Amino acid sequence: MMRKRRSTVISRIFLAVIFIFLYAPIFVLITFSFNSSKSRTQWAGFTLDWYAELFNDASIMNAFSTTLLVSLLAAAIATVFGTVTALGFYCLRKRWRSPLMAVNNIPLTNADIVTGVSLCLLFVFFGSRLKFNLGFGTLLVAHITFNVPYVLLSVMPKLYQLDRSLIDAAQDLGCTPARAFLKVTVPELMPGIINGAIIAFTMSIDDFVISYFTAGSTVSTLSMTIYAMTRRRVTPKINAISSLLFGAVLVLLIIINVREIRQEEAKKRAEAKLRQGAMQK
Amino acid sequence: MKKILSLAAVAALILAMFSGCGKGYTAEINVCNWGEYIDETVLKDFEEQYNIKVNYSGFNSNEALYSTMKNGGSNYDVIIPSDYMISRLISEDMLEPLDYSNIPNWSLIGERYKGLEYDPTNSYSVPYMWGTVGIIYNTSVVTKPVTSWDALFDSDYSGQILMFDNPRDALGIALLHLGYSLNTTSEAELEEAYGLLVQQKPLLQAYVMDQIFDKLESGEAAIGPYYAGDFITMHENNPDLAFCIPEEGTNYFVDAMCIPKGSTKKEYAEKFINFMCSTEVCTKNMDVVGYASANTEALESYIADMDEDFAAIMAPSDDVLANTEVYTNLPQNVLEKYDELWVELKS
Amino acid sequence: MTSKTRFLSIPYVVWMAIFVVVPIIMVVVYAFTAHDGSFTVDNFRGMTDYISVFGRSFYLALIATVLCIILGYPLALVLSREGPRLQRVFVMLIMLPMWMNFLLRTYAWMSILEDTGLLNALLTKLGLPPIKIINTSGAVVLGMVYNYLPFMVLPIYSVVSKLDRRLVEAAEDLGANPFMVFLKLIFPLSLPGVLSGITMVFVPSVSTFAISQLLGGSKNLLLGDLIEMQFLGSAYNPHLGSAIALVMMIIVVICMYVMNKFGEGEETAVVL
Repeated sequence: MMRKRRSTVISRIFLAVIFIFLYAPIFVLITFSFNSSKSRTQWAGFTLDWYAELFNDASIMNAFSTTLLVSLLAAAIATVFGTVTALGFYCLRKRWRSPLMAVNNIPLTNADIVTGVSLCLLFVFFGSRLKFNLGFGTLLVAHITFNVPYVLLSVMPKLYQLDRSLIDAAQDLGCTPARAFLKVTVPELMPGIINGAIIAFTMSIDDFVISYFTAGSTVSTLSMTIYAMTRRRVTPKINAISSLLFGAVLVLLIIINVREIRQEEAKKRAEAKLRQGAMQK
Repeated sequence: MKKILSLAAVAALILAMFSGCGKGYTAEINVCNWGEYIDETVLKDFEEQYNIKVNYSGFNSNEALYSTMKNGGSNYDVIIPSDYMISRLISEDMLEPLDYSNIPNWSLIGERYKGLEYDPTNSYSVPYMWGTVGIIYNTSVVTKPVTSWDALFDSDYSGQILMFDNPRDALGIALLHLGYSLNTTSEAELEEAYGLLVQQKPLLQAYVMDQIFDKLESGEAAIGPYYAGDFITMHENNPDLAFCIPEEGTNYFVDAMCIPKGSTKKEYAEKFINFMCSTEVCTKNMDVVGYASANTEALESYIADMDEDFAAIMAPSDDVLANTEVYTNLPQNVLEKYDELWVELKS
Repeated sequence: MTSKTRFLSIPYVVWMAIFVVVPIIMVVVYAFTAHDGSFTVDNFRGMTDYISVFGRSFYLALIATVLCIILGYPLALVLSREGPRLQRVFVMLIMLPMWMNFLLRTYAWMSILEDTGLLNALLTKLGLPPIKIINTSGAVVLGMVYNYLPFMVLPIYSVVSKLDRRLVEAAEDLGANPFMVFLKLIFPLSLPGVLSGITMVFVPSVSTFAISQLLGGSKNLLLGDLIEMQFLGSAYNPHLGSAIALVMMIIVVICMYVMNKFGEGEETAVVL
């Protein structure tokens, strides 16, 4: 018993150290977004100025809206594209599917810099011949390219879990194949699709390397703007916008989790009631 | 599904809010300049005055700008590189000749910045600012007098020394210290300069470009070479800093505005260049970046109000400039040698 | 679902051909050509100069990966033993930092580790000697471990947390001590998680350029720096850059192949 308690204490200390390691820089960033001087290491007093000025900084705001736009578009397109492709792949013979899945996995396992550089070469090569420049279009294509594999990988397993007899049943009951697809298949796949969409969106928001090589010189995502600033001076305004983004995600996660826990508890209570009812009978 | 749709709608709404609700600009131009090298309010003034939107971005070194341009992707309308890079861009047919009838403010630019070797007829470039390279050091750490490039190779300051993070300036300093020309094409001299940099490397804290602002101002590093104009900015934030032009001589540079080949908005770009030459704009820019403007009128009235010592750093006298050298473009094989030595130094 | 459904895969197959396969072919073509477009192997011949960069990159990435296992494995184990609600909170806490831009977090490490930074300020206050770590390989490894630790923890956790507790109990009933239980049961079963963790940490570590620039003072290049330099940096030469990227890619693929072979062998051994 003593040993068990001691090992719990040790593991708690270990957890604490790891989480301090993970959160120390975030704590520093958020703290210094309220610093009244531009210094990164000297505390000079509390201010909210950076948050106020943030909205007047055209380059940060542009980068922020580019990031949101490209991430939303890429995630949305990749989700539809990936789901449709998953259906197609599902009906392929294994002989065809396996090599295609292997190609699909290339952007996932390849180093980002190789993906970025190779797309950069492609865009530049065809750009000079077909007369287009690197810009928002190429950035979006690059993001879709690295997003679809994630969607595909999270939808495919759901397809294999799909109970085909459900679809047959729906069609026996008079559904057209299209209606059966919409009413039965899509809802069954939904968790996988949503999961894929979330992963794709996260990957897009977080990406720096691939964007850096494919966005060209006139479009800039938040990551690229931050990179350019780290090569110069980072304004606390960047800390401010990142803290806001971080706070928003934190709140969202808390809401989702609290709701899930509540639902689980409600379910448990309902089950307990049912059981009680059954016993009373 | 409905949830996702409503989420997308909210996101679209937020985006619409951020995207400035579509001010009706007649055109857009893409401008690329050195980092920390403009008063950004000037861009707003331009946008309001001409109703042309300016997409402004910065680069870190001439070589990085060259890579970005070569790499296709760029569609800049105005760039502001330095002398030697301009002559390289001219020789590789990457610049558009200027139409001076759109740039009447050309007459405000000082004669001494015109017709320099990098663009003898100024067909492609309008000088923006100029200055020298020197050693910036923190007097509370560097107590010995600094008179020579030698200070950057002094093991007493090991771990506190910064160095240029671009091949031309880094090798240039080593060449000067050895008493060679900045524009040497001799492989042996370059190798010797490279050897000096290899010796220096263990003493260095880091290779930096604009990160030097932060490191010298905060006292994280004690000494490093950088541009005179930036010293003036840094000194405002850390009065312990001092500047010195080493006795071996130094680099004198002119940065100038050019229009890259393929710009589809040449006329607007020329409007922008003209605007940037006006005395009012030049004064504003000088006040923020600390470099000397090529607009003589603006420069003279600006330094007249300045502390004499700082004025001499910002716009050195002819005596000082006599001991300086301008970078010129180098032949292809020497450029390749530079790249090779540079990568080797850092690997 | 009719057999026609399979035609739905055609658009993506075309997409992959254009945006996945062709770009890689372009890298190969660039690697084997000179500026004027003629065939050459000079790009590879010149690469002997960069052996030190290859060595350093793989060495540092290896250290980072090992450290991630040392820290991440016990973390995943500890997490899997907490109650379900705490588990959920902890997993969320491990993912959450990824929502703050990684460059910015790495930059914050710079503020912490600098000679005049926050950590040294704290140490001086406590009367301890300051540490010198910024602009060293140590700082670069720290940056890698910090950024990629979640990629090690999550796959291991997802395997370990699904492990059947009854197996462990059975082994204990049969007289195995905790160490043997770990060695013979938990570790082999968690190996797939470890292997995917290794891939997810090692590949980005070996090819990073932002971390080494921020925390390493760009004094000692890594492969990522070298490649970036040839495309958008201070020594433009996409042909050499492509060659370096190609060689890196091939070495990584070989490493992964060997590792997965080794891993598969282990797995079958367990089954037997």
